[in-house]
Amino acid sequence: MDHRPQAWGRPRDDVYGAYDASYLHTNGPKTATQSPIVTGTSVIALKFKDGVVMAADNLASYGSLARFTDVKRLRPFLSTSVVGFGGDVSDMQFLDRHLTELAIDEAYEHDNTSSSSETPATAGQLNAANLHKYLSKLMYRRRNSFDPLWNQILVAGFDSSSTPFLASVDLRGTTFTSPSLASGFGAMLAQPIMRRHAATEEDAAKLTRDEAVAIVRECMKVLFYRDARSLDKYSIAVVTRDGVELSEEEQLEKQSWAFAERIRGYGTQTV
Amino acid sequence: MFRNNYDNDSVTFSPQGRIFQVEYAAEAVKQGSVVVGIASKTHAVLVAIKRNAEELSSYQKKLFPIDEHVGIAIAGLTSDARVLSNFMKQQCLGHRLTYGRNMPVRTLVDMIGSKAQINTQHYGKRPYGVGLLVAGVDETGPHLFEFQPSGMTEEMVAFAIGARSQMARTYLEKNLESFAACGREELIRHGLRALKESLVQDRELTVDNTSVGVTGTATAKDGSTSVEPFQVFDQQDVAAWIESVADDKEAGAGEGEAAAAAEGEGMEVDP
Repeated sequence: MDHRPQAWGRPRDDVYGAYDASYLHTNGPKTATQSPIVTGTSVIALKFKDGVVMAADNLASYGSLARFTDVKRLRPFLSTSVVGFGGDVSDMQFLDRHLTELAIDEAYEHDNTSSSSETPATAGQLNAANLHKYLSKLMYRRRNSFDPLWNQILVAGFDSSSTPFLASVDLRGTTFTSPSLASGFGAMLAQPIMRRHAATEEDAAKLTRDEAVAIVRECMKVLFYRDARSLDKYSIAVVTRDGVELSEEEQLEKQSWAFAERIRGYGTQTV
Repeated sequence: MFRNNYDNDSVTFSPQGRIFQVEYAAEAVKQGSVVVGIASKTHAVLVAIKRNAEELSSYQKKLFPIDEHVGIAIAGLTSDARVLSNFMKQQCLGHRLTYGRNMPVRTLVDMIGSKAQINTQHYGKRPYGVGLLVAGVDETGPHLFEFQPSGMTEEMVAFAIGARSQMARTYLEKNLESFAACGREELIRHGLRALKESLVQDRELTVDNTSVGVTGTATAKDGSTSVEPFQVFDQQDVAAWIESVADDKEAGAGEGEAAAAAEGEGMEVDP
């Protein structure tokens, strides 16, 4: 038996074979996050007449294990925008801290509270369109240094002409925009439902707030039914010109699993 | 030979608590020909007197566009102004690329303020020998800032720097109340009148020696606002404005400015 201190706490070579010291190598290329570890699933968002609704569940999965059930994946920015994160949770936490810093700098730089009442308190601050542009540059830069932030991000709020804004950026820095957006499984399961109600910008501009919230809640239910990495506890945020209303303790109501019995072809059944 | 022992560098205080190098830099600003800036609720204008080194040479430019929404007027060492203007152009472009918006004017001015201040506190560096008037438009409306070699920056309603600028400031102070409500043309005329106040006997505004720079917010018929890009007018483009202030004798500066008038017009420094 090896009693030298450097072998303490290690599996015994005579029982488990030689210790694989390759993990301890510090040379070679940097291998930062090159795959996600703890992950959040879909984020979905839908524009309506005077704002945007966004929702994401409160689950952080470790592989297929539902590891953390109280993770907040939506965050307001400067009380004028909302950012929703899917993908790696540690990268989300990094971005969250980064955005907090950015928001503090912005609030210091454009403190309009003491100036004339004509200029609104948020004048000159980064709006959702500016924030999305910034995040897209950030993500693309990280991808180019082969150390991507493993997230898909939705940004909701208003642009400079004060019309509702919704756009997405992913780990490659790819951006796109649409009246409704969904990341991950949501792109397959929720997007068709939202498109049924708001296929175009014109359709979305006709939706009321209540309608939009109802559609998004319906989508969250479908996602919980069909996405195995999802949770029935979720957060929902509504951005309007008056600010951000964020509720992080929503529970899926009126679930019906009757359909599950009829599903055949996978799972534990033998017939 | 030396005036005193405390002006060899910008890190040594005199026993009176002064830093002579910084004060000398402020003198360089007074050698430059006069520039005037005024901001109203809708526009910000810069007007300047250009000088030619000799009769046969061209006139040194005084107004420079920095970005779509910002321009500067310089008084002092042109070569130092070039450094600052290149820096400002880069910062504005960088901001436009990362955030997709016009850089807020105060943010920009704070940047050159910090940059210039560093030069007043390090051994082996010298302060910039140039003063600037920065006119620009952002989400909070038109702005005019003054920049001094000491690193001091201040938002102004109207201001003038350069040789004999005290006369122009006296005019501006006299008409201070009227600026906020002025339209584009009226603001330019106020600028030119202020400029005329500071001219030496038997010199006058001509199309060759006068520059006008304008930026502002343009309101469309549907109530939406857009930026009127900063534009410099020279030669025949300023003829009509010069003509429009040619015959008004109303202003008339007092006799009290004799001291300011005594300031020499240096040859090698400026424009």
